[in-house]
Amino acid sequence: MTARETLPILGFLIGAVLVSLFVTSNVVLNFLVFTLILAIAAQGWNLLGGYGGQYSFGHAAFFGMGAYVSAILQQRFGVNAYPAVAFGIAAAAVLGYAIGAMVFRAGLRGSYFALVTLAFAEVLRILANATEITGGAAGLLISLNLGAGNLQFADRSSFLILGAVLLALAMLITLALEKSRLGAQLVAVRENESAAAALGVDILAVKLRAISLSAALTGAAGALYAQYFLYIDSNIAFGTWISVEALLAPIIGGAGTVFGPLIGALILQGLSEGTKLLIGKIPGLDLIIFGVLLILVVRFPLHRIPGLLAARWRGKGAP
Amino acid sequence: MTGQGRDPAFLAVRDLTKRFGGLTAVSEATFDVREGSITGLIGPNGAGKTTLFAMIAGFEQPSAGLVLLDGEEITGRKPHDLAKLGLARTFQIVQPFAGLSVRENIAVGAFLRLPKRRDALALAEQVGQRLGLGPQLDKPAAALTVAGRKRLEVARALATRPRILLLDEVLAGLNPSELRDFLPVLQDIRAGGVTILMIEHVMQAVMSLCEHVHVLAGGRIIASGEAAEVVRNPAVIEAYLGPGAAQRLAAHA
Repeated sequence: MTARETLPILGFLIGAVLVSLFVTSNVVLNFLVFTLILAIAAQGWNLLGGYGGQYSFGHAAFFGMGAYVSAILQQRFGVNAYPAVAFGIAAAAVLGYAIGAMVFRAGLRGSYFALVTLAFAEVLRILANATEITGGAAGLLISLNLGAGNLQFADRSSFLILGAVLLALAMLITLALEKSRLGAQLVAVRENESAAAALGVDILAVKLRAISLSAALTGAAGALYAQYFLYIDSNIAFGTWISVEALLAPIIGGAGTVFGPLIGALILQGLSEGTKLLIGKIPGLDLIIFGVLLILVVRFPLHRIPGLLAARWRGKGAP
Repeated sequence: MTGQGRDPAFLAVRDLTKRFGGLTAVSEATFDVREGSITGLIGPNGAGKTTLFAMIAGFEQPSAGLVLLDGEEITGRKPHDLAKLGLARTFQIVQPFAGLSVRENIAVGAFLRLPKRRDALALAEQVGQRLGLGPQLDKPAAALTVAGRKRLEVARALATRPRILLLDEVLAGLNPSELRDFLPVLQDIRAGGVTILMIEHVMQAVMSLCEHVHVLAGGRIIASGEAAEVVRNPAVIEAYLGPGAAQRLAAHA
């Protein structure tokens, strides 16, 4: 990883700081913070799905683990927000390792892997809905206790910077992975498992490291969500919605790229909020339009448009 | 021989057997590969050569028998462990990492012994040049011709710095000029201290490259010896051309 390769990430961070200084609309700030949280969750998915080719349909399990562990530690055990968030992230990583150890050791791949991860997330959702420590169906409120020492901010722009810093960290981790031996081996596993094994890649070990790291990032998004909204319940934390958002964003923005999840999350949230804003008066119509736009975006990925135009231009230029 | 009672073979296969249900694909195959040699494994289609390779390289668990590498038993070990021990293989049906460049493909092999990206890429470049892939290093692997993909298979395996290389039909599908260009590359690899065991159908290559040839037919080793002598062996001729073929050939001679 060279300094030049980290420049775009630095640029993103500076952009986010500028936005936090000059944008005052709470609607816009709220939109951006939420998008950043999704982008972090999506970056986690991207590590395992985009680079490793293991398409999880249950990243809600890790998002929810990060959210619940940090919220429960703060609310039930009076732990300070910073260690609570750190424990939340660690718990998500351990859960990722545990699920990976079972699923990958059993040799599950492709749609079987997707289905089993979905099942794990659903089991956790039902458990969180039924047990006492999670607040059951009523959910869990984190007491309002403003102050940087408690990782709670009155203004949304501070959260914007916090989210941007976390996402920048996630992107740096992804970039470092991309340039590392583990990253090369992970991509090799995605492309062809038997060829990778023949070249000395320990497939199980590589997948386990990837899913732990992936789960940690998505868990961090969950903890940040809890810190921002100060409320979670089982359908938010372990709901299928976050599994879907976490996988759609990188697929739309460019799976297996550092900026893909952020671009995808911006497009997804932009489309969703935009349609709601423009045609929110007739209930359901915005969802229909959102669905149509989603199909178009998946069919004609925006990140490929420059390449397509270039190819077309070259095609015309050739004799 | 310095060691007392040490198996002189670098790779020793002993009574290796693979049964798929009622079908015995490989039956009690026993043969040796000498250190520093190029050894051929030939046989008609369906003889069990690829299954035998898969067992040696850890991709299939043998039903019975032993494999020893430099005196150490390696039967049934995982492919990645074997690669660490210095046993690398190529695939008959080439398996490039299609989404990666040629250089990155080779680097995956190089990463086995070199943890740093810079070192791995440098070795990948060096091995790529050696195998004549220099001009294609930055192209996507999917864009290579058949001959290029075969070279890539060998390059990737070689980048793991193996002691023994198992080549599964790397010459199949090449045209005569590609073949002529590729033979010196294989000799050069052996000259670099890598033992080679190759499955091959291209007899011209087997005759010119291999000091020693083992013939597998119907899952059994039916002949072993020098290439020139093995192809005159009546049992081998009949395995390829059918019963009585040896006699008919002798009558015509």
